[in-house]
Amino acid sequence: MSVVEKSKPRSFQEIILRLQAYWAGKGCAVVQPYDMEVGAGTFHPATTLRSLGGNPWAAAYVQPSRRPTDGRYGENPNRLQHYYQYQVLIKPSPPDLQELYLGSLQAIGVDMDLHDIRFVEDDWESPTLGAWGLGWEVWCDGMEVSQFTYFQQVGGHDCKPVSGELTYGLERLAMYILGVDHVMDMPYNDPDALIPLSYGDVFKQTEQEYSRWNFDIADTDVLLKHFEDAEAECQRILDAPAVDPKTGKKIIMAHPAYDQCIKASHLFNLLDARGVISVTERQAYIGRVRTLSKACADAFVQTEAGGAAA
Amino acid sequence: MADLLLELFSEEIPARMQKRASEDLKKLVTDGLVEAGLTYESAGAFVTPRRLALSVVGLTDRSPDLREERKGPRVDAPEKAIDGFCRGAGVSRDQLEVRDEKKGQVYYALIEKPGRAAGEIIAEVVPNVVRNFPWSKSMRWGSGTLRWVRPLHSILCILHDAEGAEVVPFDVDGIVSGNTTRGHRFHAPDVIKVHSFDDYAGKLAAAHVVLDSASRADTIWNDATNGAFAQGLDVVEDKGLLAEVAGLVEWPVVLMGDIAEDFLGLPPEVLQTSMKEHQKFFSVRNPKTDRIEKFVTVANRETADQGATILAGNQKVLFARLSDAKFFWENDLRIAETCGAQWVEKLQNVTFHNKLGSQAERIERIAALAREIAPVVGADADAAEEAARFAKADLSSEMVYEFPELQGLMGRYYAAAAGKSDAVAAAAQEHYSPLGPSDDVPSAPVSVAVALADKIDTLTGFWAIDEKPTGSKDPFALRRAALGVIRLVLENGVRTSVGTVIAFGLSQNGASQPTSNDPDDYSGLDRNVDLSNFFHDRLKVYLRDQGISHDVIDACLAMPNNDDFTLLVKRAEALQGFVKSDDGTNLLQGYKRANNILSQAEAKDGVEYSYGADVKYADSDEERALFAALDTAEGAITPAMEAEDFGAAMTAMAGLRGPIDGFFEAVQVNADSEVVRRNRLNLLSRIRTVMGQVADFSKIEG
Repeated sequence: MSVVEKSKPRSFQEIILRLQAYWAGKGCAVVQPYDMEVGAGTFHPATTLRSLGGNPWAAAYVQPSRRPTDGRYGENPNRLQHYYQYQVLIKPSPPDLQELYLGSLQAIGVDMDLHDIRFVEDDWESPTLGAWGLGWEVWCDGMEVSQFTYFQQVGGHDCKPVSGELTYGLERLAMYILGVDHVMDMPYNDPDALIPLSYGDVFKQTEQEYSRWNFDIADTDVLLKHFEDAEAECQRILDAPAVDPKTGKKIIMAHPAYDQCIKASHLFNLLDARGVISVTERQAYIGRVRTLSKACADAFVQTEAGGAAA
Repeated sequence: MADLLLELFSEEIPARMQKRASEDLKKLVTDGLVEAGLTYESAGAFVTPRRLALSVVGLTDRSPDLREERKGPRVDAPEKAIDGFCRGAGVSRDQLEVRDEKKGQVYYALIEKPGRAAGEIIAEVVPNVVRNFPWSKSMRWGSGTLRWVRPLHSILCILHDAEGAEVVPFDVDGIVSGNTTRGHRFHAPDVIKVHSFDDYAGKLAAAHVVLDSASRADTIWNDATNGAFAQGLDVVEDKGLLAEVAGLVEWPVVLMGDIAEDFLGLPPEVLQTSMKEHQKFFSVRNPKTDRIEKFVTVANRETADQGATILAGNQKVLFARLSDAKFFWENDLRIAETCGAQWVEKLQNVTFHNKLGSQAERIERIAALAREIAPVVGADADAAEEAARFAKADLSSEMVYEFPELQGLMGRYYAAAAGKSDAVAAAAQEHYSPLGPSDDVPSAPVSVAVALADKIDTLTGFWAIDEKPTGSKDPFALRRAALGVIRLVLENGVRTSVGTVIAFGLSQNGASQPTSNDPDDYSGLDRNVDLSNFFHDRLKVYLRDQGISHDVIDACLAMPNNDDFTLLVKRAEALQGFVKSDDGTNLLQGYKRANNILSQAEAKDGVEYSYGADVKYADSDEERALFAALDTAEGAITPAMEAEDFGAAMTAMAGLRGPIDGFFEAVQVNADSEVVRRNRLNLLSRIRTVMGQVADFSKIEG
């Protein structure tokens, strides 16, 4: 390790860059964020779909994530409606995944000799993805810094082999490492750069804008219509015959269908933030998204990437 | 004789599963060894976050040799039969022995099963236990099919005695048994080779692993309380938390930190709950101020800076958590000071049950019920109604949204902030009680009124929509609610007709009595009978635990006003005491005899003997004595029953024992004279009538 790597990182982006370098060094494909609005890094097809089937896989990426109900107009020191997750998925889960994970913490400046790292039981379940796994939340000095999960089922399918999934809440982890109390005060780039930028310089205004839109302005009738359109389109895509008449090839469109599932899921989150979904309706909406994600998983395992014979 | 040491080394085992897992390991392995013919002197199981270990001491070296003689077919039996016998016994034809018996020559097989070495048995038992371990939740990992609670990394399995140690060789899905383990994840991650249990425990201790969970818990508790004591403080005891924390660390290091002054104004319960739920911190109280002023956290390691970094990190997380809590508390107080109007309004949008309306509607019903119940529990009706209206307001508060377990308690704080009386504030907290059979029952009248109203509304509501508990399914905890009503009534000596209160509750929930709006709607009546029976069943269960037998309860349930539970129980207690006494047992025999003779005669004659016994037809002293005794008893029992003095009634009945016994000894009921016979039967019927004022003795067994 070079001196630079051993030293403490100085900015949010340096932590991200170090994680990218670390996991690239461990053999992961750094696949970049998915270009759609999602609630968590797990929704990226590089995790949801690729955790299915028998093909080996190793990917790492930053995923911008949106949770409309968590908007606080940029005022709350810890809560954001748009934030970043760092996601690693390795299939089959390697036997030294815990050690690899701890190595990543060291790489971003956590001194293992001074901190108390603990693996505290936390079973993961995503009702919208029809997925669950067992694992832990990882605590550093009493603070949850990551989620560590061995996927057992995704989209209603047993995971064989099992994927190991790591999710880092980047802002929270970075604030801790950089010793910052308010997320907006966190240095985004190097504080000694010609133009030093804080997290607030980059995101304060967008937090305000989206908070207002999410809570008060978003047109719920339109959102509802979009939800139904996405739901219908997802089904329509999957209902198309497997063999494409134009090319004569078997082309099952699992990914385009899954895009619609992602859309429906995010639209549901937006509707939820607008407060128009009652407690009883909530379950019904979650069930509708789960139906889509299961259908997409069913389709994906029929494809080559999903482990079906070509 | 040798000792077995087994260790299953894995990734972190959830704290809540550890104790059970160590017990299961011990039972399953030792049972397997014994079943295979080995014996042992003692066994002990141990668990840490990363390992399950078992030590079996004084294990026999081999299972005993077994010898079995098996009788086969006659020598002249068909070939097929003889071959089949050989196959079954596992011997060849030339190993058979021929013996002369009465019926002729018969084949015998001698089957010898030599004992097996302990190692061989262990190598069979342990993999089997690992593959079928009863984890409540288990998982697969990597490409394997083995299931364990979290990935299993290594298995240490050695047999050792004074001469040395040997690995018991086996393989579970690619995990090969060995004689090594590892120490603490950070302090001593390298491989450690062990040759005995003492060596294992000692080397682990040196490698920063305390193997025994009880000693980890002791260390934590002692260090925490000593540290607190030195500063004149007390650690708030929490056994559940202690066990959990002991399951999160292999090398406990206790650290004590301060709670920032800003947060000391929060209710102590809020501090305690927030610290426990989110951080697994112990609360440290200052007995002088009675405030929670510090916390104890338990780290899993030592550090060069004596935990300073760890403590600072924990303190920072706590600061963020408590900032949230303080924010909720202050927002809530602002709303509480306006009497929580906003909260009550919000409850209109919260569905209680889709067939039973919103929480707000439910509160209306509870308020009306509380008014109705108030006079019988000695509460002011206005106060009861006011309390009922405020009691659920805290469900809309931010604090209860964050910490549901603080419901009720926050209601009490917010009621006080709203300027409500102490009685109303106490009811906000106490109206949920009793939650379980060991939970305290409130005694303040307003609390009792609201607690009863809350439970009666729940019961009558679900009865009205026909959502009753069935078998083991009781999703709305209706059995608990009924037991709550019973305990509230009995422990406060409440005198009321529960049936009337149920009728009120049912009609509010849309199941009417015929007398209300619709004269033809009897739905409420059936449900009232059904719910009353449910209460009686719960009451039987409750009283059985108090030592009152089911037949005594039945004898009392058959009496009028059986929906006045306090009266019912008073009667049952007196009766239980009486039937156990010598007089009671004998009187019961006399009663049964009288009742049998009477029932038979009534069946035969087709009439009911119930009236008109006249002393002038009595022809013996014993018969006249019974007349006199019944007059005396009746004269005492009638006023005693009016005064509900069951003790006096039992004493009066005891006076009947002698005369009844004397009567049956001296008098033949079926006399030749029909007049005399009828008179005697009518006399027997008086026994039934007089005693029947107290209870239905025909229901009592024995």
